[in-house]
Amino acid sequence: MRLIKTFMAAATALAVTAFVAPTFAADDPGPAAYAQALKGKRVMLVPLAMGFDLAQGWAHYLKKEVEAWGGTFETRDPNWVVDAGAQAITDAISSDTRPDVLIIHAPDLNSYSKLMKKAQAAGTYVLLVDNPANFPADAFVGSDWDRLGQLEAEAAIKGCGENSSKKIGLVQGDQANSSSLYQYAGIMKVLDKHPDFKVVAKPDSNWDATTSRNVTTTMLQQNPDICSIIDFWDGDATGASAAIRDAKLDGKVFLVTTGGGEKAADCDKLQDGTYGAVVMTELARQSGDMNAIIKFLLQSGQPAGTSHTYIYTLEKATTKADLKPDSCWDLKALQAEAAAK
Amino acid sequence: MNAIGWLNLRSLNQEGIVFAIAVVLFVAAAIGLPGFIDPNNLVAIVRSVSVLGILALGMAVVIIGRGIDLSAVAIMAMSVAWYLQLLNTGTSDGLAFAYVVAGVLAIGLLNGFLVAYADVPAIFVTLATGSFVFGYVRSQLITQDAVPVPQGHWVELLGGLRFLDIPIEVFVFAGLAFLFFLFLRYTKWGRYIYFAGDNPVAARNIGIPVRPMLVLRYVLSAFVALIAGLLTASSLHSINTRVVNSTLLYDIVLVAVIGGIGLSGGRGGVRNVLVGAALIGILLNAMTIIDIPLLYQNLIKAAILLGAIIVDGIINPRDEQTAQQGDI
Repeated sequence: MRLIKTFMAAATALAVTAFVAPTFAADDPGPAAYAQALKGKRVMLVPLAMGFDLAQGWAHYLKKEVEAWGGTFETRDPNWVVDAGAQAITDAISSDTRPDVLIIHAPDLNSYSKLMKKAQAAGTYVLLVDNPANFPADAFVGSDWDRLGQLEAEAAIKGCGENSSKKIGLVQGDQANSSSLYQYAGIMKVLDKHPDFKVVAKPDSNWDATTSRNVTTTMLQQNPDICSIIDFWDGDATGASAAIRDAKLDGKVFLVTTGGGEKAADCDKLQDGTYGAVVMTELARQSGDMNAIIKFLLQSGQPAGTSHTYIYTLEKATTKADLKPDSCWDLKALQAEAAAK
Repeated sequence: MNAIGWLNLRSLNQEGIVFAIAVVLFVAAAIGLPGFIDPNNLVAIVRSVSVLGILALGMAVVIIGRGIDLSAVAIMAMSVAWYLQLLNTGTSDGLAFAYVVAGVLAIGLLNGFLVAYADVPAIFVTLATGSFVFGYVRSQLITQDAVPVPQGHWVELLGGLRFLDIPIEVFVFAGLAFLFFLFLRYTKWGRYIYFAGDNPVAARNIGIPVRPMLVLRYVLSAFVALIAGLLTASSLHSINTRVVNSTLLYDIVLVAVIGGIGLSGGRGGVRNVLVGAALIGILLNAMTIIDIPLLYQNLIKAAILLGAIIVDGIINPRDEQTAQQGDI
């Protein structure tokens, strides 16, 4: 009896082993390693301000993903004040709950360089988003502003057409922000290849809609036959569009701008003809890029500051003709989704 | 002997100097810059300083009464942002407007009460209420910096209004300037403001209701800010609360002060605001036509203003007689 039992047991054990072995092989070590590397990690976003479409969109997509893998996601709101941003970063680095990944939207080329270096020295990965800076961050995710400027210029040239005055006006942002400087460089590169097109004026708006309106009014006053205006941000291009409307030049001046692809800010205005073309950043994809590089860095085991990756978001100039239902994302819908939770 | 008219340097005060600079700039631009003298460009110049000028009118009345209102820009942006947010979330127009008027009135009263009855210096009171208004509205009442005007709303239609091809802001600015002129020059309370600004204690001793009048001035300034905000939104079809962080507030004080309204109170009037606004308007327009980068524009603006103040200091030196207590 005992012998039979032993035999049976041995046979069963053998059978089980035989059958189980392949199952062991199929048990993917990935999820466990992934969870171990990511669980409890802190990600912090310090944008220029939390009050505008890009930052709110990034925060929405990042939060969703980070919380899904068991991390914590926080934001700080410097409300366009550079000092407040510096303070937020300083506090974050020195706090007990130092973030493992710091995502920074730099206000200019240099302001936060020292702080970012400090963060890396403390062991925090630094991601730059949207605005490049003079600092070798672990990764830059955002627009290639030079390329973006080229797309704007190409859209403006196309919007003007061959039989136009070929006069283009620029409404720049300022002379400090990298997005403004590189955008200008990109535009000029394209215009150099089209010597018949001429920039007749290039005032700064200082990113302010009222200023943009005033300088555009003057520009149109001086050159009523301008065929296209490139305003460097949809946040202040409402001013340029008001000036065009006031000068009764709607439909005659092709207004090109760039933005985060938010529905009310970009697509609705393409639809109603306020903007001729908008070079839009695909925000969900850009946030996805950030998520991917965050997950990579946290699993890589490499110390902060040892690698430098550039991930440029695919940009495209969108006009009314190629507007699709999913061309834009809807901030209102995201806010409703967040409120429903 | 000293009545040789315009050659008499002594009679030139800061207002005169700034006016002279404005005229020189105007003539130079008219000769040197093509298109500057075009009527449409002149309208554009006035329009570009209309909102600034309207805010400066409110500021002027407060400054003449020896105060200052640093909450003006916050009230301007946040009241209108809140109004538009209420409209966008489905509140009826009448109710939304009533809320906002009540809010603006409350902040004006709070400013006035704290300065008049709690004796807190105006500069601190209005700095604090300005931050409070911005912080509260931004964090509690609206969801993002820029709030759009609902399509077809009267604020949007207001922005498209033109008489004789001149935008509505210009008329509002002119109308308000005239009303303020009448108020300051011909009403009893208007005249009292000068007395109260020149010497508050003496004004009180002769029976002028100094404190209620102080409250009135801050309420007035708050409502002027609301009007300026509505005009801004009507032109841009949205209001961006970022303007609170901009240099607009300093520009308002600048327009008032450069025109010759002394921060020590009791001096100046609507004419000074117009002169100050004219200088800024001509300067900015000419520099934009020449296509001078913003950095240099600020530098040139600052240099001219500094120059005007220095010349004023040389021609009208301060002494014990002209200096007043509380002079900033």
